[in-house]
Amino acid sequence: MSTEHHQESYYYVPGPSAWPLVGSLALFLLAIGAVMVMNKTGPGTLTLLAGFAVLFYMMYGWFGKVIGESESGAYNKRVDGSFRWAMGWFIFSEVMFFAAFFGALYYLRTISVPDLASADNALLWPDFKSVWPSAGPDFKEEWEAMKPWGIPAINTLLLLTSGVTLTWAHWGLMKGNRTQLKAGLFLTVLLGSVFLGFQFYEYGHAYHEMNLTLATGAYGSTFYMLTGFHGFHVTVGTIMLIVMLGRSMKGHFTAEHHFAFEAVAWYWHFVDVVWLFLFVVVYWL
Amino acid sequence: MCIKKTGVRAAALWASGAILATVTASAQAGYQLNFQEPATKLAREVYDLHMMMMYICGVIFVGVFGVMFYSVFKHRKSSGRTAATFHENTTVELIWTIIPTIILIVMVWPVTKALIAMRDTSSADITIKATGYQWKWGYDYIKGEGEGIKFMSMLSTPREQVEGRAPKGEHYLLEVDNNVVVPVGKKIRILTTAEDVIHAWYVPAFAVKQDAIPGFIRDTSFRADREGIFRGQCAELCGKDHGFMPIVVEVVSAEKYSAWVAEQKARLSVAAEDPNKVWSLDELKQHGEAVYTKNCAACHQATGKGLPPAFPALDGSKIATGSKEVHLDIVLNGKAGTAMQSFGKQLSDTDIAAVLTYERNSWGNKTGDMVLPAEVKAARK
Amino acid sequence: MNIATAANGHVTAHDDHDHAPKGMMRWLTTTNHKDIGSMYLWFSFFMFLVGGCMALTIRSELFQPGLQIVRPEFFNQLTTLHGLIMVFGAIMPAFVGFANWMIPLQIGASDMAFGRMNNWSFWLLPPAALLLVASMFVPGGAAAAGWTLYPPLTIQQGMGMDMAIFAIHILGISSIMGSINIITTILNLRAPGMTLMKMPLFCWTWLITAYLIIAVMPILAGAVTMTLTDRHFGTHFFSAAGGGDPVLFQHIFWFFGHPEVYIVIIPGFGVVSQVISTFSRKPVFGYASMVYAIAAIGILSFTVWAHHMYTTGMPISAQLYFMYATMLIAVPTGVKIFNWTATMWRGSLSFETPMLFAIGFIFLFTLGGFSGLVLAMAAVDVQMQDTYYVVAHFHYTMVAGALFSAFAGLYYWLPKWTGHMYNEKMGQLHFWLSFVFFNMTFFVQHFLGIAGMPRRIPDYALQFTEFNQISTIGAFGFGLSQLLVVYNVISCMRSGEKAPAKPWEGAEGLEWEVPSPAPHHTWEVQPIIK
Ligand code: HEA
Ligand code: HEA
Ligand code: HEC
Ligand code: CUA
Ligand SMILES: [Cu+2]
Repeated sequence: MSTEHHQESYYYVPGPSAWPLVGSLALFLLAIGAVMVMNKTGPGTLTLLAGFAVLFYMMYGWFGKVIGESESGAYNKRVDGSFRWAMGWFIFSEVMFFAAFFGALYYLRTISVPDLASADNALLWPDFKSVWPSAGPDFKEEWEAMKPWGIPAINTLLLLTSGVTLTWAHWGLMKGNRTQLKAGLFLTVLLGSVFLGFQFYEYGHAYHEMNLTLATGAYGSTFYMLTGFHGFHVTVGTIMLIVMLGRSMKGHFTAEHHFAFEAVAWYWHFVDVVWLFLFVVVYWL
Repeated sequence: MCIKKTGVRAAALWASGAILATVTASAQAGYQLNFQEPATKLAREVYDLHMMMMYICGVIFVGVFGVMFYSVFKHRKSSGRTAATFHENTTVELIWTIIPTIILIVMVWPVTKALIAMRDTSSADITIKATGYQWKWGYDYIKGEGEGIKFMSMLSTPREQVEGRAPKGEHYLLEVDNNVVVPVGKKIRILTTAEDVIHAWYVPAFAVKQDAIPGFIRDTSFRADREGIFRGQCAELCGKDHGFMPIVVEVVSAEKYSAWVAEQKARLSVAAEDPNKVWSLDELKQHGEAVYTKNCAACHQATGKGLPPAFPALDGSKIATGSKEVHLDIVLNGKAGTAMQSFGKQLSDTDIAAVLTYERNSWGNKTGDMVLPAEVKAARK
Repeated sequence: MNIATAANGHVTAHDDHDHAPKGMMRWLTTTNHKDIGSMYLWFSFFMFLVGGCMALTIRSELFQPGLQIVRPEFFNQLTTLHGLIMVFGAIMPAFVGFANWMIPLQIGASDMAFGRMNNWSFWLLPPAALLLVASMFVPGGAAAAGWTLYPPLTIQQGMGMDMAIFAIHILGISSIMGSINIITTILNLRAPGMTLMKMPLFCWTWLITAYLIIAVMPILAGAVTMTLTDRHFGTHFFSAAGGGDPVLFQHIFWFFGHPEVYIVIIPGFGVVSQVISTFSRKPVFGYASMVYAIAAIGILSFTVWAHHMYTTGMPISAQLYFMYATMLIAVPTGVKIFNWTATMWRGSLSFETPMLFAIGFIFLFTLGGFSGLVLAMAAVDVQMQDTYYVVAHFHYTMVAGALFSAFAGLYYWLPKWTGHMYNEKMGQLHFWLSFVFFNMTFFVQHFLGIAGMPRRIPDYALQFTEFNQISTIGAFGFGLSQLLVVYNVISCMRSGEKAPAKPWEGAEGLEWEVPSPAPHHTWEVQPIIK
């Protein structure tokens, strides 16, 4: 590739690469696959699977290349700065994504449910009372809302602890204690996985014993959307942590040069903070 | 800058003159350059507010572009100008931040007052609930003189006119089978809601537009100050026939209104059907065809072929040729999340029985069976 | 601005062809900001033609009352796709194309911060466009709920709606990545001495636009995701039966949608600022206040969204708040208009095509801004909402605004991109025809709107006939005039006169220090700005 001679210059510009194209193909397949699955036509599942396969191939190849470049010393301080800005802005975009769902929850709780129970709307929903949790005026079945002080509280502790273990791992990296780095990462992955396991169990319980499903009106919708997207982020974060653990084992990262690790840590802390908000407004209040 | 001022002022004068001329001309022209003639005090206020905005904006526009075009003509390179080099002036910049702010404050004051008046729907004489359906309006007079009257109101322009097979009438697309009748000078409160998707109840001459949101009641009001027929349209995209669900309000004198109310009441009591009537298949079918044309053909088409996949064909439909219960259920209760609305609330037992019978025995459907009003009655919960 | 080592800017044009793939593969795999910029521009132009053809079909149906050409349900699909394609497929990518080409040149950087991601941002567009266009051919047809996608209408629709939702997700990913790239490039790769307050205004406008995009595209993604789950997974975000509210969608959508309209226009402000200054041969008046004004617009744009919802029946206090906040935006926008006027004042003006489009922009955008202000008055908006007055308003801001400024930028930088001059006469003709036909198409729509013609209808009452006919004729004139720019660009690339490094006498900035056409690699050694 034509990239080597850029190395001594002030910025690294990568050479031509087909990975972006592969990535586009992946998203395209995922999109049409999902459309087909949802509308029960065509070879939807197959297309979705193909999309995921291409996506993972792309991630493996693209990230592998980036890791290779990084380890070969192609990235200088400027490049590092770019990564920092970019990761920061990416997390900001994630904050806004969650903001849409938190906003929806706020709106349903404080505006639409009380409004539906107001005198104006008595013409349409005469017996509806405004209480939260609510599944709306037309939801007739029995159901239960989540309680905060069981699994959710444990999960909060798990995630908070995982933030600590991750920071501990970072300290290890900074002072050159690789064992501490690996142990810290391992513990964090473990805590993340246990969190996910609990979450999974909780969903099963909700679906089977509490009659709390996605279709349980406003409460069910917001509960599953918020915790679901959060859970998805924990999953992604855990996978990233596993990659970091693998790289640490391979001897990657130095005290000066380890932005990949830091980026994952930022992401993990972000996911942590989202959970705290979730715990307070979804489970507790 | 001072020599140029006169030029700008002259330009401003000239342009405001031009605007005035246009506005006056509009009053005479056959087509319309401005709002419809207001029929309420509030609509008149909105009209004036809009004119005020036009004047203010017009003057600013002429001011700004007077300066710019002065520059365009005088400061050309081709006329040998060399460029000055100034590039900031805090005082000027502050001035043109503050002055627009002041103008805005001046503008907003009367608008605030009008808005507050507009949103005041209290102490109405008559309250009417307007329900948007795809694609017609249902009206219930729920309070005041005429309480209890209810009817559906849908486009009465014949299909031939729309498709160009007949010359278009004067009120093309702005005419309905049943007008909303209200007395002049009385405050009418309109509650809006919808059955399926969002619609909007819009009558320009009253300066009234209110979204009709399914599951919620919203309201608006007007007090018409003259008699006449006022026409508006649904103003929120509501699917295929959004362009074909007009609103016609007939404002009449108090006496005429009372007469209309009496007439409606009489109609309602006559309409109460005789449940014991014995129907023949043909009679039912015939009645059903009329009901079908009016209520169902917009989606399922007169041919029964529908517009698949959005609107399924009834000709050959498994439901329309299968068990009566299932067929009755979808017509009575509709299907949530689709355009198929619940007709149970809109049509009488007889109408539903008739339309079902019609569907089961028309086009290629030949079940030969009959659905009786009593069966419909039993199926209603 | 003083450029110390400008002459070095292009010394390293050595390797640009060495092992780079040729032919198709060059474009598919490129990481070069100029290649990617060109692809963005071509793509957006192509989508403009697609969206334009839809608009012409809409206008043809509206040429006279009655249904002639399309069925109502197809008409609604056209309207929806026209809006989506023009906003997300034509205007936004056009300005990302400008950003790709010009930002590294203007700040003295060798490329964008992330070359591969840049390429991905572009190559996500074709699949998204394909999803949108292909949705017209699936059972049930394309989404037909308007580009605003209000439920519950969206809940009723067929699989075309799902395709639109996923297209929006992909477009969102693309523009978020593109914006992260742009922000990072501007914040991290400026040449030494290029302080933020020395940056060309175009870079400033993009900095703010990119911030807006990152802030609101995820919100749109959230909104359409909830639509998707309401459609297929039984959630009740937008249905009263479950305690939800259709209006919730509108709040979320417009929290995205209003900043979006500034995303569409703000880069245009940047282009126009530079063009006006160049052809007035005078620096931009009030550079600092221009920056503050854009920043103010960027911030205020988050606080006004519900002015699109005056008729939903919000509490009056909310209506009043949104009315006041909306009107405030006129102040910073006015500052920009006044500053442009002051830039021209006592300059040495010449009127090449870019300048014509820039002046046309200011003139017509101001009209669009005024009609916006009329709409901002809640009491008046009750008459206008969802009528052709709104359609007129936003075409004044988006066609005469965003599109005209894109044309100004196109003619302005074309010599730098191609190394050739375009045909000036034809460019001017393009401007004048566009200007006249634009007004013919959209000015009369104000009258239609105040007289009460609703938007999104395929057929209308007889009193609206004359103006609709004028509008349709204007639209065809406008569309045909665009053939001139197609021809002009192609013949400029093929056989235009050779362009010097700095074709415009009054132009300033680093982009004019490199030869025309700009070599494949520029600023491999950063210039130092004193
Ligand atoms: C580029 C896009 C763009 C831009 C820049 C704007 C700019 C503005 N818009 Fe517009 N708007 C749209 C695109 C845009 N809009 C679109 C697409 C829609 C419809 C969406 C849909 O429903 O499909 C819409 C709809 C819309 C509505 C809703 C209408 C309705 O549906 O009922 C409103 C209401 O307030 C509004 C207001 C404004 C205002 C106040 C501005 C202001 O920013 C304008 C400010 C500018 C000026 C005022 C002119 C210059 C100023 C001066 C010369 C200073 C001095 C002036 C004074 C003191 C008066 N817009
Ligand atoms: C930046 C965005 C943008 C742009 C550039 C345009 C451009 C145009 N728009 Fe668009 N429009 C929107 C954004 C835009 N629009 C949006 C957001 C909506 C709202 C949608 C909704 O309600 O949901 C809308 C809605 C809208 C409507 C209302 C539809 C309705 O309510 O039902 C109309 C009607 O006249 C219209 C017309 C036009 C026309 C004539 C052009 C012209 O400027 C187009 C000119 C371009 C061409 C014509 C193509 C180029 C030329 C050729 C291909 C050469 C060949 C030409 C010939 C053979 C003549 N638009
Ligand atoms: C606003 C449009 C609309 C109107 C008006 C309408 N329908 Fe429907 N109808 C639908 C749609 C959409 C479906 C498909 C629902 C689904 O997805 O299952 C449907 C389905 C049906 C079916 C089931 C057909 C099948 O095979 O699935 C019957 C029967 C039916 N409608 C009867 C009627 C009758 C009787 C009327 C008038 C009294 C009527 N419809 C009016 C839109 C409409
Ligand atoms: Cu009902 Cu539009
Ligand atoms: Cu807005």
